[in-house]
Amino acid sequence: MGAVIAVTALIVSLLFLLIDSDTGNAERGMRITREVLALSSGITIGFSNSAGLLGLVALCVFAAQTAQEYTYGTLRNLLVREPRRIRLLVGKYLSMSIFALISVIISAITSVALAFALSGTAKVETAAWQTAQARMDLLETFGNVLISTIGYGTIGMVLGLILRSPISSISIGVGWLLVVESIVSIAWRPSADWMPGSLLGVVAAGGSPLGVAESLTYTEALIRVSTLLLVAALASGLTFRRRDVAS
Amino acid sequence: MSAISVSGLTKRYGDLVAVNGATFEVPLGTICGFVGPNGSGKTTTIRVLLSLIEPTSGSGQILDEPISHPERYLSKVGAMIEGPAFYPALSGAENLKVLATLGGYSHDRVPELIDLVGLSGRGGDKYKTYSLGMKQRLGIAAALLPNPKLLILDEPTNGLDPAGIQEIRDLLSNLAKQGVTVFVSSHLLSEIEMISEYLVMLSKGEVIFFGKTIDLLHRSRPIIVARPASASDLIKLKNLVDAAGHPAVIDGDLLRVYAGEDWSADLNRLAFENNILLRQLTPVRPNLEETFFEMTEEN
Repeated sequence: MGAVIAVTALIVSLLFLLIDSDTGNAERGMRITREVLALSSGITIGFSNSAGLLGLVALCVFAAQTAQEYTYGTLRNLLVREPRRIRLLVGKYLSMSIFALISVIISAITSVALAFALSGTAKVETAAWQTAQARMDLLETFGNVLISTIGYGTIGMVLGLILRSPISSISIGVGWLLVVESIVSIAWRPSADWMPGSLLGVVAAGGSPLGVAESLTYTEALIRVSTLLLVAALASGLTFRRRDVAS
Repeated sequence: MSAISVSGLTKRYGDLVAVNGATFEVPLGTICGFVGPNGSGKTTTIRVLLSLIEPTSGSGQILDEPISHPERYLSKVGAMIEGPAFYPALSGAENLKVLATLGGYSHDRVPELIDLVGLSGRGGDKYKTYSLGMKQRLGIAAALLPNPKLLILDEPTNGLDPAGIQEIRDLLSNLAKQGVTVFVSSHLLSEIEMISEYLVMLSKGEVIFFGKTIDLLHRSRPIIVARPASASDLIKLKNLVDAAGHPAVIDGDLLRVYAGEDWSADLNRLAFENNILLRQLTPVRPNLEETFFEMTEEN
């Protein structure tokens, strides 16, 4: 949870403290102005910007919690007590999703509190943040960030099941999302419309983030990433069900 | 009803046959030793019985339920395979509670089991601080969580000191008296011999014996150990014994004669008649360890 708070605090702080910076105060050097932040949705911007790093935290946790059952050898104990493997897997996924939910709640609280705290320093008007519309915007963003975080976590769990090593699954997952997707999408623009990380970014932002996959709607991104993750989860789940547990 | 009944069980990994047509039965309410050299297929067999791996062919039943439906019997089975495995950051008691929750057992049993396996006062300490012997004890406690009808233990005395080994031996004997079937694999053949009424012996993936321990020991060739007073008489004595039709082997300063106890008097007379004074004349029934080596070398 410390990582969640730290990541959120970092993103929100940069958003407000670099508001007048020439290099921008958001991803890819973009500038989010005082006027935009003063809108009712302004209270959610820091929170939704944190979604990517929050997702990586979730990926690491899901991957480690899954793969460590193999490295610790505890999987055999669990399977003796609960031999219905899919049931065990679903239970584990649900418990990690609850962790994701708590993380997102903590992140939301942190970002809102910090936004209010830093608004004075950044000279941002907060009147619109206390309206019913702002609460609706916050709730909608919360839902999107939660979906995105669980999506990243699902990637982590799939990697953990397939690779059975926390180090491998985390490094491959993070490497893919941070490095490979960026390189491939730069080299071939349309690929961003199909990469899980890019799609989860669109979902977290509630629609196409500025400068990325402008033609992709929220619904399209949600359907595509859900389909990708469902297929991956089914494949890894079936592998888990049939695979010998030899460690 | 048998506790374990296995027929033609085979497990292949590509060209490697880890278990080859294993067939054996373990009666209810007994302690059954499961022995074999390293790599003979013991752990693989146990994993098949616990449905951790799927057999290539063959069938088996645990407590009258097929091994293809582990959900029907595993709630009545306790097991520790290939050493204890728990979450390092949780305490011993917390680890047991995780398994109790998963299996639907009451947490009330946890303190009782902690005491039973000799971990009193250490149940609240993190698992990563435990010694090997303590980890082993926690593994046994976890195996006892479901109040099992069948207990499957793989090397339960690993890492334990002699006092600990005796405690586990007494625990297993008490459990058997309460009607629990214990299926225990161990390299400590002397321990297995002491507690096991039944035995299953594996070698190179095949069952070379299953049945009562006493029947196995009776199969082995009895030996008479003779030590002449003078070492120079050793070869003379061997030649006499060979001529009498009993094979014999010189082992240091003594002669091992493969003959029954009832031939001791004849051997004594034979030596005396040939002016050989015997310092020692002892009939010896081979123990499990010697029988084990004899059978696995033959195989």
